[in-house]
Amino acid sequence: MLHYAQEQLQGDYYTRAFQAGAQEDTLILNMGPQHPSTHGVLRIILELHGEYILRAEPVLGYVHRMQEKMGEVKTYPQYLPNMGRVDYLHALAWNWAYVLAVEELLQLEVPERAEYIRVITCELNRITSHLLWWGAYLLDLGAFTPIMYGFADRERAMDLLQIITGSRLTYCYYSFGGVTADLTPQFIDGTKEFCKYLRTRLPMYKDLVTDNMILRHRVDDIGIIPVDMARRYGVTGPNLRGSGVEHDLRRNTPYSIYDRFDFEIPAYEECDALARYLVRMDEMEESLSIIEQAIDSLPEGPVTPPKMPKVIKPPKGEAYGAVEGARGVIGIHVISDGTATPYRIKLRSPSFSNLSLFAEVSEGILLADAVSILGSLDLVIPEIDR
Amino acid sequence: MNIAPELIHIAVALAAIAAFIGLNGLVLVWLERKVAGHIQRRPGPYEVGPWGLLQPVADAVKLVGKQLVRPKVADPWLYWSAPLLSFTPVFLLFLTIPFGPRLIGMEFNLGLLLILAFSGLNVLALCLAGWSSANKYSLLGAARAVAQSIAYEIPLLLAVLAIAFQFGTLNLSTIVHHQGPMPWQWNVMTQPLAFIIYFICAVAETNRAPFDLPEAESELTAGFHTEYSGMAFGLFFLAEYAYIIVISCVATVLFLGGWHGPGAPGFWWFLLKVYALIMVIIWLRWTYPRVRFDQLLNINWKWLLPLALVNLLLTLIFVKM
Repeated sequence: MLHYAQEQLQGDYYTRAFQAGAQEDTLILNMGPQHPSTHGVLRIILELHGEYILRAEPVLGYVHRMQEKMGEVKTYPQYLPNMGRVDYLHALAWNWAYVLAVEELLQLEVPERAEYIRVITCELNRITSHLLWWGAYLLDLGAFTPIMYGFADRERAMDLLQIITGSRLTYCYYSFGGVTADLTPQFIDGTKEFCKYLRTRLPMYKDLVTDNMILRHRVDDIGIIPVDMARRYGVTGPNLRGSGVEHDLRRNTPYSIYDRFDFEIPAYEECDALARYLVRMDEMEESLSIIEQAIDSLPEGPVTPPKMPKVIKPPKGEAYGAVEGARGVIGIHVISDGTATPYRIKLRSPSFSNLSLFAEVSEGILLADAVSILGSLDLVIPEIDR
Repeated sequence: MNIAPELIHIAVALAAIAAFIGLNGLVLVWLERKVAGHIQRRPGPYEVGPWGLLQPVADAVKLVGKQLVRPKVADPWLYWSAPLLSFTPVFLLFLTIPFGPRLIGMEFNLGLLLILAFSGLNVLALCLAGWSSANKYSLLGAARAVAQSIAYEIPLLLAVLAIAFQFGTLNLSTIVHHQGPMPWQWNVMTQPLAFIIYFICAVAETNRAPFDLPEAESELTAGFHTEYSGMAFGLFFLAEYAYIIVISCVATVLFLGGWHGPGAPGFWWFLLKVYALIMVIIWLRWTYPRVRFDQLLNINWKWLLPLALVNLLLTLIFVKM
């Protein structure tokens, strides 16, 4: 059809691999790096037969920012703001994983009140993340309106977090041994009100969106991730719980004070996009319940440890901090050589593992379903590339 | 020569139709954005003019002012003719629609056939646009457009045929005259199934959500018009709105009693009904997710087509009895 010069066919590794492999009657399609439904700069090379995908290959690295290398040249506190920028949607979970690791190195005791504050803010942040995912996923499925509702609700939670953290998206709120600022009465009242408000909204979203027949047809039985496939790729978070595994770090290896709260781990056996969708919708309600319990039993006291060294120089050693983020297990491995800068920091981002199964799960499906599956995995591209 | 007055009549009618399309296009752009805004908990356009009424004018000026870009490998003739081909048949569609008791471009016995025939040209334009753009997304969009339009044209024709059989005519004025001023005298009461089938097919024919697969934004970026910019895109856009008006007009004429209405009959009743239908179409778009392509074709071949056939058969039986 079109006559490109031969040298124009030269591309990167992926492009050439696909050019060589193109068969008769197939089409190599570059989905991304600029595409409305890859949510960022993810690039997926597809080989299509009609609208059916023969094979797919995600290409990463378009927003690689050397987060791990940056950790090796900055001091421990200097690296804190980076954490909010790895996953901008659930920034506080990354904050938490990092301070958790460093606190283990420093053998720091976190005050009771600070732990409660961390739980409240992290869960609030999880709700904002899920609300945005919900809107964006429906946008992928062609419904334009839910994202506006999701955004409006998310705005309220972000306004609350802004009161105490000072920022709206890339939070840097947790400090080693505590949090940087105490809760204000305004925040506490506002959060209580927000919980009540969101509890009235979620049933409405269920009626209007989740039970919609067209939506059900777009997500039901689409993108089946069997448990063994999920285990092979190291899938965590709502995607794993959508495959029927009740794995949640908040319950399985309770960090902080999560063992004090009464909450469910939603899991669905269906392994499809609908299961992952429902897990996230249920999780929002569980987060609300955790927030309410935490606010009701919020103790008085300081929010920072009584005595902090001026320069943070952890002793030689290694530590691993892992928390349950909105997308799965966030793990940070810090190695200290006794100086003020970490020797090595390794970030385990859940989206990376979650995306890696896409090539396998998208074989032989329709292009429209690929978009549905990508959305149901809830990817944050900067987190994948780090 | 007695053909001259007729020609002048048609020229005047075409000019009036052009003004009608232009004006309604602008109103529809504003209406769609305003309604979408209110559905989505935001005010919609409100900066330009009172209640944002001048927003479509600003949009049009922006589109006209933009550079027309053509991909280097695209075929220039086909590429530029596609938007024109999409827009020009629109004029002919309005020619035979009776807007009021005496307000009609041309009394024509095969009016319905003319509309159905020329509205079929749109799919050719979409196909050309997708093919000549030399863009893979455009090509996929065009393939979808062709499959979708051809599939949905059949039940649409069958639904319309039921009305034609009932009155034994394809003349739109006659069909309107057969209906009375009160809602229970409209055809939608005797042919509810045909109306529903017609409406679903018409939404699919105009590529509106939830059937907007040829331009499915989240899958094909913009589908067949991915490569078009400026007024070339504007023409596609205008044609889409013109087709929405056409299908609403035809639905009003065939099923909702045309310009008939309680009290004073006239074109205001016609406009009211047309805009009510358009509001429903806009409402649908901003409410529902998009269906998948195989589901779309399944709805057509497995449900709408058999239902339309049954409806036609029942109509035949009742007409003959």
